[in-house]
Amino acid sequence: MDYTNKRKKRFFTFLALCITLVHIVPFYILVTTSLKATGDFSSKWVFPKSIHLENFTTAWEQANLGNSFMNTFIITFISAILLIFLGSMAAYPLARRQTKLNKYVYFIFIAVMVIPPLTALVPLYKMVVNMGMMNTYQIAILNNVAAFLPLTIFLYAGFIRSTISKELEEAARIDGAGTLTIFFKIVFPLLKPVTASILIIASVYIWNDYQFAIFFLQDKEMHTLTVTLASFFAENQNNLSLVGAAAIIAMLPMTILFLVLQKYFIAGLSSGSVKG
Amino acid sequence: MNELVRKERFSVVRDTEKRKKKLKTESSLWWMYLPGLVIITVFIIYPFINGIRLSFTNWNGFSQTYDWVGLQQYKRLLADPTTWLVIKNTLLYGIGSTIFQNIIGLLYALLLNQSIKMKALTRTIVYLPVIISPIIMGYIWYFFFAYQGGALNDLLVFLGFEKINALGTPELNSWIIVFVNTYQFVGIAMIIYLAGLQSISKDYYEAAQLDGASALQQFKNITLPLLMPSITINVVLNIIGGLKLFDVIVALTGGGPGDASQSMSTFMYDLYFRRQDAGYAATQGVCMALIILVISLSALMYFKRKETEA
Repeated sequence: MDYTNKRKKRFFTFLALCITLVHIVPFYILVTTSLKATGDFSSKWVFPKSIHLENFTTAWEQANLGNSFMNTFIITFISAILLIFLGSMAAYPLARRQTKLNKYVYFIFIAVMVIPPLTALVPLYKMVVNMGMMNTYQIAILNNVAAFLPLTIFLYAGFIRSTISKELEEAARIDGAGTLTIFFKIVFPLLKPVTASILIIASVYIWNDYQFAIFFLQDKEMHTLTVTLASFFAENQNNLSLVGAAAIIAMLPMTILFLVLQKYFIAGLSSGSVKG
Repeated sequence: MNELVRKERFSVVRDTEKRKKKLKTESSLWWMYLPGLVIITVFIIYPFINGIRLSFTNWNGFSQTYDWVGLQQYKRLLADPTTWLVIKNTLLYGIGSTIFQNIIGLLYALLLNQSIKMKALTRTIVYLPVIISPIIMGYIWYFFFAYQGGALNDLLVFLGFEKINALGTPELNSWIIVFVNTYQFVGIAMIIYLAGLQSISKDYYEAAQLDGASALQQFKNITLPLLMPSITINVVLNIIGGLKLFDVIVALTGGGPGDASQSMSTFMYDLYFRRQDAGYAATQGVCMALIILVISLSALMYFKRKETEA
């Protein structure tokens, strides 16, 4: 019995090793590509004979990656803060005050989740042009906030209903605290677990966003990492080493963050997808 | 007697009035959600409604004037063979990815639920692509499938086979897109299934083993029914994700060759920005919203019913 169990365990471990190896292939190809000299046409499976780290500095300069990093960071950071702030504030009355009006409003927020943002592309684009908001941080931020606000409210409202006790708020009200004080001093700090999940979900998606960015940030100075990479790829199809290096640079921050905070990333991303 | 009834009725009326009053004094705190409501109205609800309006016009995307053409764009959509090809692709991306992600994700979860070494490493490697931008993921796989100097062809040549133009061959490239989407997001399915598996009590399996049930019987009669909620989440999530697919297609094939691998999102983008056919693009948008709505809701309902049956 013990012997077969041991064999079984070994077989399963072997299977896990195979899965790991198969899943690592694209990353391996990416790394070998990024380290090769321009014009080195040896097989992508072969590790480069000489390592060309200068691909990374060249890509950084030629693709203007510093600028796109800054743009991506600003958009992701402000969108996430706004989502946390507007979402938690909106969820509080929707979860706590069951008036008829609030029930309708909550329904609207949830129903909007069904509309895929892309389907409204044509009219949205028209509106943004008319408002003179093309190529601004504001439009990228507002679009991302609008896209994620329903999910944010849904997660916050569920959490407030299920885990935060009303007694604390009532006690504070008797002591004379106003709604805002109660919300920011008592409720908001208790929302920390959801806030962490939303920060992770929203940051990953907004950092990686390509659709909104390609539609609304067409000016080169306003490009985010994904857009920069797409145009860099179009310009350098014959020099994949540079594209590979640029791709590695662009995905490095999220990858490092993920490897360090793995536990939280997996919990956050899966809890968001479970409830969304 | 009569008076008593009247009194009782009166008190009921008074009670509901009291309740109404209480409801009124309990303010709705509408100002707390007003900013959010304004944002989704301006950036989602209004454009969505406006999109339905534009789908009945022949707007070209930039001129100030356009004509109301009634159902003409919808007729055009139904008669256009490209549309049907694009819808077929969209369904393939949505349903194909869903099937693969769920089967492979479930197999991975079953494996990683065993007590084995390398569990943490495998989990990390399988999950890592989830956090990488789909457009970057598309380029990474381009290095693999490219005709000139792609890793796949390097391997084929090394093994003595002919090179294949995988991304330039219609049909084949649609499946490659399904494959890349599956590779990227199978990690989410795996994690949700792992969480589902870990919530199943070991007692069931012990009881089944005492009754002499085989591993396959245990899987069919215990694991699968109790995993139904995780299956619902995964299926609905993956279908919606797959039907909306955009970035990976742009990176791998750009929708080509011709329109062979176009999805509804990429086709809409093309119609609007390259072919100056904005009215028609809006019609495609309405059609896409309908398809996503119908398919995701019917999948949700189907699997919810299975959940209660189980």
